[in-house]
Amino acid sequence: MKQRDGMTLIVKTVTRISVWLILLYGIYIILHGHLSPGGGFAGGVIIALALLNVMLAYGRQFIDRWVNIGFLHDLESSSAALFLAMGILGMAVGGGFLANFISQGKLFSLLSAGTIPLLNIIISIKVSMGLFVVVWTLSVFHLDKGGKEE
Amino acid sequence: MILPFIIIIPLLAAFLITLISGEKDNWAIVLSILAVLSLLILALFSFFTTGDETFIYEMSGWKIPLTICLVQDALSSFMLVIVNLIALTSLMFSISYIRQYSSPWMYYALFMLLITGMNGVIATGDIFNLFVFMEIALFAAYALVAFGSKAEEYEAAFKYAVMGSISSTLILLGVGILYASTSTLTMANIAAELQTVNSQVTYWVAAIFLAGFGLKSAIMPFHAWLPDAHSSAPAPISSMLSGVLIKALGVYAIIRIFYNIFGAPAVFLTLFMVLGSISIIVASYLALGQWDLKRLLAYSSISQIGFILLGLGIGTKLAILGAVFHILNHAIFKSLLFYNAGAVELALGTRDLRKMGNLKGAMPVTTGTSMIATLSVAGLPPFNGFFSKLIIIIAAVQANHIVYAIIAVIGSLLTLAYFIKAQRYGFHGETEIKEFRQTISLGMKSAMIILAVLCIVTSLLIIPGIRELTLDPVVTVIMNKTGYIQAVLGR
Amino acid sequence: MTVYVLCFILLLVGLYGALTKRDLIKIILSLSIMGYAVNLMIILFAYRTDGSFAILVKEGSNPNMVDPLPQALILTSIVIELGITAMLVALAIRLFQQYKTFDITKIRRLSG
Repeated sequence: MKQRDGMTLIVKTVTRISVWLILLYGIYIILHGHLSPGGGFAGGVIIALALLNVMLAYGRQFIDRWVNIGFLHDLESSSAALFLAMGILGMAVGGGFLANFISQGKLFSLLSAGTIPLLNIIISIKVSMGLFVVVWTLSVFHLDKGGKEE
Repeated sequence: MILPFIIIIPLLAAFLITLISGEKDNWAIVLSILAVLSLLILALFSFFTTGDETFIYEMSGWKIPLTICLVQDALSSFMLVIVNLIALTSLMFSISYIRQYSSPWMYYALFMLLITGMNGVIATGDIFNLFVFMEIALFAAYALVAFGSKAEEYEAAFKYAVMGSISSTLILLGVGILYASTSTLTMANIAAELQTVNSQVTYWVAAIFLAGFGLKSAIMPFHAWLPDAHSSAPAPISSMLSGVLIKALGVYAIIRIFYNIFGAPAVFLTLFMVLGSISIIVASYLALGQWDLKRLLAYSSISQIGFILLGLGIGTKLAILGAVFHILNHAIFKSLLFYNAGAVELALGTRDLRKMGNLKGAMPVTTGTSMIATLSVAGLPPFNGFFSKLIIIIAAVQANHIVYAIIAVIGSLLTLAYFIKAQRYGFHGETEIKEFRQTISLGMKSAMIILAVLCIVTSLLIIPGIRELTLDPVVTVIMNKTGYIQAVLGR
Repeated sequence: MTVYVLCFILLLVGLYGALTKRDLIKIILSLSIMGYAVNLMIILFAYRTDGSFAILVKEGSNPNMVDPLPQALILTSIVIELGITAMLVALAIRLFQQYKTFDITKIRRLSG
């Protein structure tokens, strides 16, 4: 079981089970952002931590094979552009930038609060991908391959 | 309705650049030029249509105490014109300058974020929002200072980032205390509430803000980061930092907060005068000893900010006019001088004045425009710098601050001295330069020529007929203590 | 009043560290401490005596909520601090690559 990167078998096994639970918890926090504490940023950080957990346990090479960093980068930029698009849509339909333009629903139900859940999801993608890519980029540095913090 | 677009356009451009750019950077150039051009058109349009009016934009359809508002009055549209004008020329200069570095699209994305931050600081009417946009601009600035990937640049960027975070923390503390004492974050509401609050609070918060924004605008005791950061950055970024960043984040914020919110307390006006004159004299003296051209220009920036602060501190209508005019003039000629330094660095591979020589024959555009900029910054007629300094000095005499007038005169003489040194060694020296590493491209030349022409054209702004349309509304906004509250809150 | 004074002392601790420490990482930590002190202070500004959390719940909310706005401000400020810290750490790593040290007295290529 000798492997060059990553941690021991115990850590890897625990990570393999727990990472999905962490991801699920992050998604729960995001979807209930308008009802309970949390929201896009907190949930996004939890998702990023799940991915970072994998990176710590299995090593960077595994992450490079597992996900396409360029794709995560594009996801991050496009979520930011999408956020702005939602804002402009609010300007076109409703009163001002980021104004609510869909039905507010019933208080305390999951599908309520207008555009806020949508914006929460967009922000969570931005935050999780951004944070993960930042730490991934920081871990590139010691290999001296270059690359720049964005 | 143009106000939100001032912020949306560069932000969208920044993220689109990161999205579509790969190895080739052509799309990044096209997108950023388009974005900045449209911003400049919007800013000019708002500048010429605003006049004495004030336009409010309330975000997300809520009403003012509950929402973030954007405010467009004469002062903010004036600053927007300056920022976007310098940004456009800086981009023109960047196109060929930035090819020497790897992955230029990152540069353009960060550049757009820098403009977003500055436009946001200028347009916003909410004090916490000002803090957030300031952090966006600073974040981009740290990365851009370190863009060259050399040891000195990382060192300068680290120093800048440490100083910047300390000042941001102080500003956040001030915002928190203001919120605790007035229960609102909209600047106009804060100004209205502060009249009923114990004046001790005003003084404490103003002191904290003076330290915070003083660090941002590099007034003399807080200046240590500026020469390193501004001389290490790539030349177009140096011109953005020196030309507009310290004004948008430092001087503009000081004007808004001290004049429009706190109502210009007399103690702080005196402090402005003292700090301004210290900056003028000491920074000029330090600049005299520099042999690195960009460091010399950076110290000169501190001393010119001193002139602006002195004008603001005197506080009469004429002095404020001089300060506002000097903000515009300094942005133009200091950016031009940094372009000259960048062109010389690109051609010769050095910024050491002792290693330069006679560039008159080989680089006529650079030498000629640097001559114009030098005459302008040193305050010789008919260039714009002469008029703004003259106004500040006359205002000082009129307000019976003879000592400060003398200091300003000495400061401009010292300015002339160190710029003569720069011209003498840098552009008209004895050694003939034979070898050039790179030729100066058309974009760089045109950026320099545009600003050189503006050095002369902007002195027309002082002619009475034009002044009433352009500069006087700005002065009115600054001078009128309760006008901002009435204009924003509508009462 | 005591809590505000304690927060201010924490701020001064951070400032002292940022100004006197020689290690790049310790400077970054000191800046974080400064930021946390201010965040804590603003959260304390929002507190009301016997106040409860500022969330609407189905069972009927406590009418005496604490002020939720500073909490939103602090969340924003934490995000900003996260970005700045990442930037500072990246710069520190790059400086370490160039100079092979974290000691700022040895990182002096720029002259004053």
